[in-house]
Amino acid sequence: MPQPLNYLKETASQTAGPYVHIGLIPAMAGFDIFEKNFSNVLVAPNTKGERITLEGKVLDGSGSPLRDVLLEIWQANAAGRYNHPADRSAGALEQEFRGWGRGGSDFDTGLVTFETIKPGAIIDKAGRKCAPHINVWIVARGINIGLNTRLYFSDEEAANAADPVLNLVEPPVRRKTLIATRSERGGKAVYSFTINLQGAEETVFFDV
Amino acid sequence: MNAQAPALRDPRLNRPEPFTPPLGDGGFFQRDRSIHPPAHAPGYKSSVLRSPRQSLLSIENSVSEITGPVFGHNDLGPLDNDLIRNYAKDGDPVGERIIVHGRVLDETGRGVPNTLVEFWQANAGGRYRHKKDTYLAPIDPNFGGCGRALTDDTGYYYFRTVKPGPYPWRNFVNSWRPAHIHFSVFGSGFAQRLITQMYFEGDPLIPVCPILTTIPDKDALDRLVAPLDLNASTPFDSLAYRFDIVLRGQRSTYFENRTAGN
Ligand SMILES: [Fe+2]
Repeated sequence: MPQPLNYLKETASQTAGPYVHIGLIPAMAGFDIFEKNFSNVLVAPNTKGERITLEGKVLDGSGSPLRDVLLEIWQANAAGRYNHPADRSAGALEQEFRGWGRGGSDFDTGLVTFETIKPGAIIDKAGRKCAPHINVWIVARGINIGLNTRLYFSDEEAANAADPVLNLVEPPVRRKTLIATRSERGGKAVYSFTINLQGAEETVFFDV
Repeated sequence: MNAQAPALRDPRLNRPEPFTPPLGDGGFFQRDRSIHPPAHAPGYKSSVLRSPRQSLLSIENSVSEITGPVFGHNDLGPLDNDLIRNYAKDGDPVGERIIVHGRVLDETGRGVPNTLVEFWQANAGGRYRHKKDTYLAPIDPNFGGCGRALTDDTGYYYFRTVKPGPYPWRNFVNSWRPAHIHFSVFGSGFAQRLITQMYFEGDPLIPVCPILTTIPDKDALDRLVAPLDLNASTPFDSLAYRFDIVLRGQRSTYFENRTAGN
């Protein structure tokens, strides 16, 4: 027998279950307990960048919206900088913009929304420019291990065409499952997305 | 609430030296999916329509995955890790008083400092304070059922609560969840994000639970079961259970401007 490596093993994932709101968004479960709560609003009045609403649904294999799903998003600021010490890129950091939010789907419609800003382009370790994107993590009853995907922006065609991650998606026709569609409502940009868990239009999920 | 009962205090038996791991900016270790439940696990019926069928696309970790949200004590309130007190209206909640404590580690065995741990659970009768839970067991007016803690500089966390009860759920007509506490953990990068559940040593419902048995690896399942930790209990007050959580390990930096000792 060779020497043992003695790495620990990652703790196994378990479903977040139908009552995930109790722990993560107690107001949605129907009660008020914490002094400070996390939410789906990432912007503060002084946040730099274009205000956007992200809205969408997660559909199951029958095409029905999940009405008990929870999404978290993680993104860079308008300068393309993540608020984390491991991002040593040149873009200016905004301490007050955490860049993270969580939202639960509406119990009737399944709609999930976030109020945020459009992130800037990101420079990866190899110095390549990556198209602006938002990282998404999805948990719910029936989802045994959180699903990772990304949202890119429909009005960034040139940047998307050059993005090193989008270009890994084969066949190319599946790349569109990662692109949120821009529209305007009351003078404000809205990006709409649909995450399909199954079917011909199944969204690309990543093993990160 | 009971004015005589002492406030929750740190139950730790010995304190490892504070150790702040070097700031990693390499990728995380490849996730070993053989120890996780598969997305499609037909014995857990809800997973059938909610499981992707295409292969996941493996991508090397970029700055988008090795970074993640940073939380601090400003995000928490003073009673957030005391479920016996944080929703008490006119007394303590009903149930077995317990302390749950442990460390958040990574696969190299290092503590994960200053990371957010959130937890939620049913009350002692197996009922959730949730508008969609219709189980006939009563709501406890003094129990909310959720809390959160930030790990210290060694990765240690603790909280106090009452032991949750088992509850029935619609899978087969006679499916019951073992007593469990749900956990959400962040780590330092978004690719470490994890939700899991902690179970209690000796619970006879563990081997027959359709959710637990989605885990294909017996050792991985055993690692979700918290042992009774009598040494950490508070005499005449609370029993203690120990639950360590392991997140993915991380390679150290490959940058040219690596810092000393990294
Ligand atoms: Fe549960």
